[in-house]
Amino acid sequence: MNHKYQPALFWFAVLNAVTTFLLIGLGGLVTSHEAGMSVPDWPTTYGYNMFVFPLDKWVGGVFYEHSHRLLASAVGLLTTILAVWLWLKDSRKWIHWLGITAFLLVIVQGILGGLRVRWMLDWLGVPHGAVAQAFLVLCCAIALFTSRWWLKSETEKQISVPRGLRSHVLYVTILIFVQLLIAATMRHQHAGLAINDFPLAHGQLWPATTPEAIVDYNAHRPPGTIGNPITAFQVTLQMIHRLVAYAIFLGIAAAAMLARKKLGGADALTKLAWFWLALIALQIGLGAWTIWSNKAADVTTLHVMVGASALLVGAIWWLIAARRASLANQ
Amino acid sequence: MKKIILITALTAFGVLQMVNAGDITGVINFKGTAPAEKEITPIKDDPSCAALYPGAPPKTQFYVVNANGDLADVVVSLKGITGKSTGASATPATLDQKGALYVPQIVAIQTDQKLIVKNSDPFVHNVHTKPKDNPESNEVQMSGGADLTYTFAKPEMFLKFQCDVHPWMFAWVSVFDHPYFAVSGENGKFTIKNVPPGKYTLEAAHRKLGTQTAEIEVKADGAVQGFTFEKK
Repeated sequence: MNHKYQPALFWFAVLNAVTTFLLIGLGGLVTSHEAGMSVPDWPTTYGYNMFVFPLDKWVGGVFYEHSHRLLASAVGLLTTILAVWLWLKDSRKWIHWLGITAFLLVIVQGILGGLRVRWMLDWLGVPHGAVAQAFLVLCCAIALFTSRWWLKSETEKQISVPRGLRSHVLYVTILIFVQLLIAATMRHQHAGLAINDFPLAHGQLWPATTPEAIVDYNAHRPPGTIGNPITAFQVTLQMIHRLVAYAIFLGIAAAAMLARKKLGGADALTKLAWFWLALIALQIGLGAWTIWSNKAADVTTLHVMVGASALLVGAIWWLIAARRASLANQ
Repeated sequence: MKKIILITALTAFGVLQMVNAGDITGVINFKGTAPAEKEITPIKDDPSCAALYPGAPPKTQFYVVNANGDLADVVVSLKGITGKSTGASATPATLDQKGALYVPQIVAIQTDQKLIVKNSDPFVHNVHTKPKDNPESNEVQMSGGADLTYTFAKPEMFLKFQCDVHPWMFAWVSVFDHPYFAVSGENGKFTIKNVPPGKYTLEAAHRKLGTQTAEIEVKADGAVQGFTFEKK
């Protein structure tokens, strides 16, 4: 048992986090291609043990869904090894339990994915998406806690991060998580775009959601639209998604300016905050592109991945800031 | 003896009804220019499906209108009739998966009538029903695999069948608990057979163009009623 930096453990935790990020991307592709139900059985695939499913049957939506299942199994294995490794080789008790939490969460996530298929419940895709985001943050946090910086930071002088700034970043990060829940709810309606123009919405600043208006929107959807008919709830949800996006942008812009004022432009956290702002600007651009491309699968999936990245940057920023504040105040 | 008399009377009544029953016929028209169908380009992204279409990919079939303006795939039915299903003894209907499309895409059956789903494609499909009032199901059907058989206990309009392996594949099955319905053909014509004389509300429903109704009276020689749809 030791309390020292272990490069192999750190890089393994990074590998787990990166694989999880890719898994979220692949999960995004499954939903973007409407392929979630292309393999009706679970944990088998078309009656086969999933690890020996013949390659010639990886066609159409099966390719995305089955690849997602295999990569999820890999993440499950990596997380299990990581939990055992942390338990055996890291001297910090709390990180043992963090490893166990990750292990339990990956099991819950796998079961959620399986039940979504077996029970044919679209809404189960929402908690499945939410747990994926939370699990990614946890995996990245474990990688951070096993990093050289985290373990050596005790012996180095730290510049504190004001509580107000930390709280601000925490609230914006929570808002991003809420935004991801809204997005997951939108995606798992399987209705295509509820509003197909931007920056206006059905040609208005705020679209009407009367029954007559909804009938009209459905009648004038782009040619070739084959999703479920849209509803007033879905139109309102997309408008809330847009408003929350603007709020997040303003919140991150404020965080970056506050960081520059309180920590100085050269501080790593200030630079990270500017990167965060660039990321969210990119994310808003991808959101617009998702609409203009009529929800093209690759664009939409990129939107999912950048959204996950934005959550991650906020969470990591806050953890680093909390660490610095804690050490500086000792 | 009483039973025999009763059965004989009921049979006679039934036969009399059949004799007096008439057909409802009509033509469905489309007014104006039908919206252009869109090529199903994702078919070209899948090598197995693309092999079936060496030229251009097939198009969506939302508005099947011929040169004369006749509209196909309109489900015409009598409204307000319940509990008259003869589906259990009716000839099964068929839905095929051919060329990575459902054929036909609009089907109408009775409650408890069998719907046989075939896979004529050289690759796998999953048959995923997405009903509102009947139980959902999702089954694999390999190429050359056994036919799947479906029955639905509750009436429902445009019950969706979809393939998630090929997410452009849809069929819509309307389920009635009576035999008085028809789907308009490519010439826009429909025939609802053996309707007992009386006054009825006739409904014509198109998945994209909405629903119209007409009050009709069916006499011994039947009734004629057409509908005209337009894209607003």
